[in-house]
Amino acid sequence: MPDLKELVVGKLRDRFADEFESSNEYRGELTVIVKKSAIRSVCQFLRDDAELRFDSLRDVCGVDYYRPEDRFEVVYNLYSIPQNFRLRIKVRVDESDLHVDSVTPVFSTADWEERETYDMYGIIFDGHPDLRRIYMPEDFEHFPLRKDFPLMGIPGSLALPRK
Amino acid sequence: MTVSARDSKTKILHALEDQDTNVTFDDPLEHDMVLNMGPQHPATHGVLRLLVRLDGETIVSAIPDLGYLHRGYEKIAENCTYHEFIPHTDRLDYLSPLANNVAYALAVEKLAGIEIPERAKYIRVICAELARLASHLVWVGTMAMDVGAVTVLLWGFREREKIQDIWDLLTGVRFTTSFTRVGGLAQDMKEDSVAAIRNFLDAFPQSLEECEKLLIKNRIFIDRCEGVGYISREQAINMGITGPILRASGVEHDLRKDQPYLVYGNLDFDIPTYTDGDTLARFYVRMEEMRQSVKILYQALEKIPQGPVNANEPKKVLPKKERTYGNMEELIHDFMLVNFGINPPIGEVYSAIEGSKGELGFYLVSHGEGNPWRLKIRSPSFVNLQILPLMLKGGMISDVVAVIGSLDPVMGEADK
Repeated sequence: MPDLKELVVGKLRDRFADEFESSNEYRGELTVIVKKSAIRSVCQFLRDDAELRFDSLRDVCGVDYYRPEDRFEVVYNLYSIPQNFRLRIKVRVDESDLHVDSVTPVFSTADWEERETYDMYGIIFDGHPDLRRIYMPEDFEHFPLRKDFPLMGIPGSLALPRK
Repeated sequence: MTVSARDSKTKILHALEDQDTNVTFDDPLEHDMVLNMGPQHPATHGVLRLLVRLDGETIVSAIPDLGYLHRGYEKIAENCTYHEFIPHTDRLDYLSPLANNVAYALAVEKLAGIEIPERAKYIRVICAELARLASHLVWVGTMAMDVGAVTVLLWGFREREKIQDIWDLLTGVRFTTSFTRVGGLAQDMKEDSVAAIRNFLDAFPQSLEECEKLLIKNRIFIDRCEGVGYISREQAINMGITGPILRASGVEHDLRKDQPYLVYGNLDFDIPTYTDGDTLARFYVRMEEMRQSVKILYQALEKIPQGPVNANEPKKVLPKKERTYGNMEELIHDFMLVNFGINPPIGEVYSAIEGSKGELGFYLVSHGEGNPWRLKIRSPSFVNLQILPLMLKGGMISDVVAVIGSLDPVMGEADK
């Protein structure tokens, strides 16, 4: 559906002229990168727009690109059940400021997925109702999916029985 | 401590001082009770832990606690080649390993731009539908057992055993199949597996009906399921629910129809949808889905063409092991693929299939190396479990097991 892709990009460009960064298409999948300050309003707009109706947030995840600037990305996979259309929204997050607005007020499903992203990457979602670790123990200090966390783990990071 | 709690404490103290053991309280249930369920509990289907706040027998709120089966698969994936990760996908949703293999292989093929032969697509459809049947059979058995009907568990497992015998013939293994390869399959489907599948399909609808009769004519089962764990259409969509739970709430959404992958576009089947949104509706949806799977399997066996099962892309698809012993080219390719991987171009894809529990998706980021830079598993069980507190709120404590049973979570997938 090339027309729908153009429509989505066009609408986002009009509505969020300052926050829209770029869009690209790879293997038929549309990705839009926006400024992180706008993520909640972008999601709100996409959900409530009468034509697009991205009513379902399928996935939220983080990616660690391990680069000096904008080290992390948070990826939102949206799906429009009425239009049968997938859209990927990404925001870039720098290591110096790990705060992103939570989209839980728009999509309730973001609750656990943002908790998982926090657990794995340490990205803090402002306005999240219950931002706790979801998989790792509460007192774990590291973020295991960051690229600087070794595969074998960090000795001593989990309390083990004494010898 | 609340005022009433302090009052009752002083009352007890005074009573002890007076040595009067006849202490009565106006409202013995004035305090909430917090009940810990799991992670070791037969009805939580694995290691799900649930903290339930109770007012008498009514559930005030509930919090699921995950992570008891967290094995860090996403981290492991970043440290092995695309091929090496295939066995790990078996252990996600361990009730339908074949469907996970298919989902992962499709994602990698999309990333690397590999088109697989028609025959491989049909075999993958057969694999995915057999996995759906096996998974739903375990679900019907365990859910019925949770609400007190043990016979269905035995009957369901008996049928599933037959499917596992088919997997044994088809893939060489009964359980952790690892059957797909990037660009095709580990081996072709032989005549004996086709015959076994046909035999199974001929007898299966009747066994299914027997199972169903045991339940839908059972007053206790109906009473325990009807109106329990209700979830509305809007709630289900907003919570990102997929699969049978979404369809039981009246949304006709199935990736096999809406975004057809493999050869689902050529096959004729229906999407069972119910509007009740309760546990009973979810039961009917899954039962009907099994019948549709039988229909799909018959058609797939009918329409399957002859031909190769692996794509002719030697730099991306593993050669047959026998051929690497005598052929220089194949030896080189095998060496390069095993040691360095398939190196898909820089990019990212998200690919999803309709698994037995909902949308099973893989988000892959490639940096042009042999290992994925990032692999995110969008597991349906994880997202679907999130709705549990909403379903339980206001219900009875005895409904917990029925509702968890109707959600059909597999913790291997939810905890990754």
